[in-house]
Amino acid sequence: MAVAPSEFPPPFDPADVIVAPTDPADERIEVGVAIVGGGPAGLACANKLMQLLEDEPELTEKLGEVPVAVIEKGKVAGAHLLSGANMKPSAMEELFPDLDKSEWPVFQEVTKDAVYLLTSKAALPLKPMPPNFRNHGNYVTSVSKLGRFLADKAEEAGVYILAETAATNLLVEDRVVKGVRSGDRGRGKDGEELANFEPGSDVVAKATVLAEGTVGHLTYAAYDYFDLHGADPMRWELGVKEVWEVPKPLDRVIHTMGWPMRKGPKYNEFGGSFIYPMGEDKLCIGLVAGLDYTDATFSVHDALQLLKTHPFIKDLLEGGKRVAWGAKTIPSGGYFSMPKRLAVPGMLIAGDAASMVNVPTLKGVHYAMHAGMYAAETIVETLKKDAESVNFEAYDEKVHNSPIEKDLYESRNMRQPFSKGFFLGGAFASAMTITKGNFPGGHWKQEDDAENEMELGSAGETYPQADNELTFNKLDSVFLSGNATRDDAPNHVRIQTRVPREVAQTWVSMCPAQVYEIPDDQLENGASEVDVHVTASNCVQCGAITAKGGRLTLPEGGDGPLYQET
Amino acid sequence: MAGILVYALHDDEGNFNKNSLGAISEAAKLAGEIGGEAAALVVGDVADDACAALGNYGAAKVYRAKSVPEGLAQPIVDAMAKVIQDNGISYALFGGGLLGFEIGAGLTARLGAGVTMEVTEVKVQDGKLVAERPILQDSQIADVGYVGEPGIIIGRLNAFDANETGGSAAVEDVEVELSPWSTKATMVQRGEQRGADVNIEDADILVGGGRGLGAAEGFKLAEELAESMGGAVAATRAVVDAGWYPYAAQIGQTGKTVAPKLYLAAGISGAIQHKVGMQNSENILAINKDPNAPIFEFSDLGVVGDLHKIVPKLTEAIKAKKGG
Amino acid sequence: MKICVLVKEVPDAAVQKRIDPGTMRLDRSGEKNLNPFDTHALEAAMQIKEGGAIPVEEVVAVTMGPDSAVRALHKAVALGADRSVHLSDEALAGSDVCATGYALAKVLESESPDLVLLGQQSDDGECYTIGAVVADHLQMPSLTQVIKIDVTDGKLRCERQAEYGYDTVEVALPAVISVGDAINEPRYPSLKAIMGAKKKPLDAKATGDVGIDAGQVGAEGSKTAVLALNPPPQKEAGEIIEDEDTNETVEKIVAWLDERKLI
Repeated sequence: MAVAPSEFPPPFDPADVIVAPTDPADERIEVGVAIVGGGPAGLACANKLMQLLEDEPELTEKLGEVPVAVIEKGKVAGAHLLSGANMKPSAMEELFPDLDKSEWPVFQEVTKDAVYLLTSKAALPLKPMPPNFRNHGNYVTSVSKLGRFLADKAEEAGVYILAETAATNLLVEDRVVKGVRSGDRGRGKDGEELANFEPGSDVVAKATVLAEGTVGHLTYAAYDYFDLHGADPMRWELGVKEVWEVPKPLDRVIHTMGWPMRKGPKYNEFGGSFIYPMGEDKLCIGLVAGLDYTDATFSVHDALQLLKTHPFIKDLLEGGKRVAWGAKTIPSGGYFSMPKRLAVPGMLIAGDAASMVNVPTLKGVHYAMHAGMYAAETIVETLKKDAESVNFEAYDEKVHNSPIEKDLYESRNMRQPFSKGFFLGGAFASAMTITKGNFPGGHWKQEDDAENEMELGSAGETYPQADNELTFNKLDSVFLSGNATRDDAPNHVRIQTRVPREVAQTWVSMCPAQVYEIPDDQLENGASEVDVHVTASNCVQCGAITAKGGRLTLPEGGDGPLYQET
Repeated sequence: MAGILVYALHDDEGNFNKNSLGAISEAAKLAGEIGGEAAALVVGDVADDACAALGNYGAAKVYRAKSVPEGLAQPIVDAMAKVIQDNGISYALFGGGLLGFEIGAGLTARLGAGVTMEVTEVKVQDGKLVAERPILQDSQIADVGYVGEPGIIIGRLNAFDANETGGSAAVEDVEVELSPWSTKATMVQRGEQRGADVNIEDADILVGGGRGLGAAEGFKLAEELAESMGGAVAATRAVVDAGWYPYAAQIGQTGKTVAPKLYLAAGISGAIQHKVGMQNSENILAINKDPNAPIFEFSDLGVVGDLHKIVPKLTEAIKAKKGG
Repeated sequence: MKICVLVKEVPDAAVQKRIDPGTMRLDRSGEKNLNPFDTHALEAAMQIKEGGAIPVEEVVAVTMGPDSAVRALHKAVALGADRSVHLSDEALAGSDVCATGYALAKVLESESPDLVLLGQQSDDGECYTIGAVVADHLQMPSLTQVIKIDVTDGKLRCERQAEYGYDTVEVALPAVISVGDAINEPRYPSLKAIMGAKKKPLDAKATGDVGIDAGQVGAEGSKTAVLALNPPPQKEAGEIIEDEDTNETVEKIVAWLDERKLI
């Protein structure tokens, strides 16, 4: 039997996210610009704003006591950030032109890279290297470290970073965005108020920037409310990443394709791995897979564990020790999934949440930062002329005329052909790269990942048992991510809890943090429908469930992982 | 010079605490190596023969401060500081327990002395004592030496074993002038037992129940087993989550941390979130039907089998052994 | 009444702690946070203030630590402290329990508190006793592991669990009380409080400002020294029994328990 998770939509109404301010006027927290998300986009925006405001004393005064506030749901900025990453330097150069590269929170400049096609036994170097993988001149970076760096810089410049704060509602009045509402803290499992219950607050601002990252809680509700959906639905890939201390330094940036992904079109397994050096004594390794796969037993975490057993990879990790683990989704819809407009009255959207990621070249960090900076410029230019204006449409223009849109347009159809399998997909993608997107041109329509029908296949049988030296199970990994969320917190995961086995199994295998489980007594009872048990406190907020038929909403501020160098 | 002074805690009936007895034995052993004698300090009006009996554990001498009340730390700091200074004693040693911590800490300030706590072993190096203590959640052992004298060593619970060697100690009474602040705290009620809620952190024996118990009713098996051994029942996060057992019994990363003499894990997989809460138990016995359960990697005795068959029989067997 | 709450910045619980083999000291370069036990002490201070049994003019958060420790002070202030004091000095680095207790007592002396509250242990030092060290220097009564505090007639009535059960102890002020985590459920700071924290007064003090004799603090002034670090003794691989004949299995278990004097 084949079932699509999209047939079991989550008990969640995005309209609930949009509310009017409710706090009495004198209890609302007033800030000049409210930025939701302490990631590259949000923090680049915050830093740029302060830089611009240095020359605008009048406007600064109008923005009040707190000109710029960044609302971040993690314990600190960087706690929830995870990516490869080979960052293009253009954004950092623009934001901090006087900062020497030796002070950048990066590991090294890429001087050597290679792409390998893996079979189960061999690693065949692909030469010439597919051009989209060429990273010379880019910098191996941990976005988690980048987040901390940008947050420190922002605080030095006078930005208020409100960490451990979830922005759970978008405040809208008369179709104008007024700010956000922070989440309650101190609720119990059933939503009841505990002894130390602290209600959230309305944070009102002249401009609100949504920079929420890959699964934008407010952003996607806003897409519905303001009718911003792009031509194609949002799509995602899931990446699971580990950091290893290794005795043998890695001298090149490596990408792999092929094994363990299966090539046949029916599996729809698109993805590959990345292995990047992190200085002399560490490296990171991750596996990224599109969430449109069709085998319900496919697990990115376990496929990564399997990948590590490949002789070529094992050799790179020889004598090493795993020191970090994490998981996060990447928006993969590209150009056609970007929203119709990036600004509505009172609000601007920047970064991953607006699908500004170029999956074929694996770039998103610098686009996010550039977008954040464009947002900052637009806000200052607009409010300078009229401090009460809510029209930030100039932001759309800036992005439209920028490399963000140009690059994404070029690769707009590159992801789609892989639904035809690895070889045909590869052929199409190459053709597109060479012709800069002009062949075959047009718009290759994409589908919602959750609409793919899932079948109970055999991927699960190939995964290794954890040996705790090279391979590890999910629970040990969640522990390593620093996740210590309290057990009596309300469940923030929205799914239907009685579904066909294929759907349940999809979630069980998909989730890298073992949030979903089928009760022991229903595992082998042959029933077509099963219950799904949710252990929300394991969740590392990767966002995969939103891609595959459920919905991730926000847990209490401060919950979730504490990534340090992912 | 040299010599080791041990604080001998006792209850209101004059029964000495076993950790204190262990510390006396330890002191006797060490004094034998570095020279000097092992002495004990007793506060309160404890009978001559009870004091002298501490010699059975190795104390050569017992200093008794009759007028100093037992149960609060600061008056005892006054007593020990005096005895240490009057007699040029080199080390103060405490068996595990709250009062030992408080007294040792007060002495640190009073005498400007180095202190090490949670000590699991003491060794002799170049005629001096070096204390070994676990650090960073027991991931490493630090060897700590002392600068100057005296040095204060506070043992971890159950670190030192009491050894009866036969012998009797000389009892010497000492007069202690209490510091003004030592009289500012008064004991209103000492040692109140609070019946039903057994504090699992203090239990010597714990039976931990996990998902393998099958249902909330499965905890009856755990309770009966615990009772047969005079222990208490603990639980994993998963079963507390499912409502099978109260949160007060939860052990692990987001629950309590315990280190009993025996942790019997029934139907527990041993995921790291649970492991970090009980991995320092002296003895770990695991029963689980899954031979690949992680718990078997760190248990001292692992039994692969159906706990529903094993546990009831085990309970019977233990009752029989104890009864017979 | 003035309440001082001693707080400490410690490595976050989620961080794998490690000792720097070069200095034999805790590697504090990773993520840091306010010591969780101190949030209970702050909450206890706020409850005494809000309880009204005795008027509290101010709650002051006090810490000894490097520059980054100001974050712990901001958090303490967001949780209700009126202002904070930061004792920071190169000379203090590497202080052991003896030296730290002395230094903290000196900075507290400069504040003349009526009540000093602190969490009974810190996640990094695992010492459980700094309160008692400080109290002796300050010449105040002290109690640790306190899980209940009532203020009546200008005195504190405290409950704490000791070797033989629960003790109820009456303590006269001024006093030093270390609280356990069972004492209360700490509040969450409101956004307003978090944002206002940086504006509250923060006094930075060096050893000279509070009369600390540099010879008694730091690695040089400490009375203990870490001589070596070793991995814990390797646990022998455990025995595994496969249950076939349950009676036999149970016999083996009982024998094993007996051998170890567990029953």
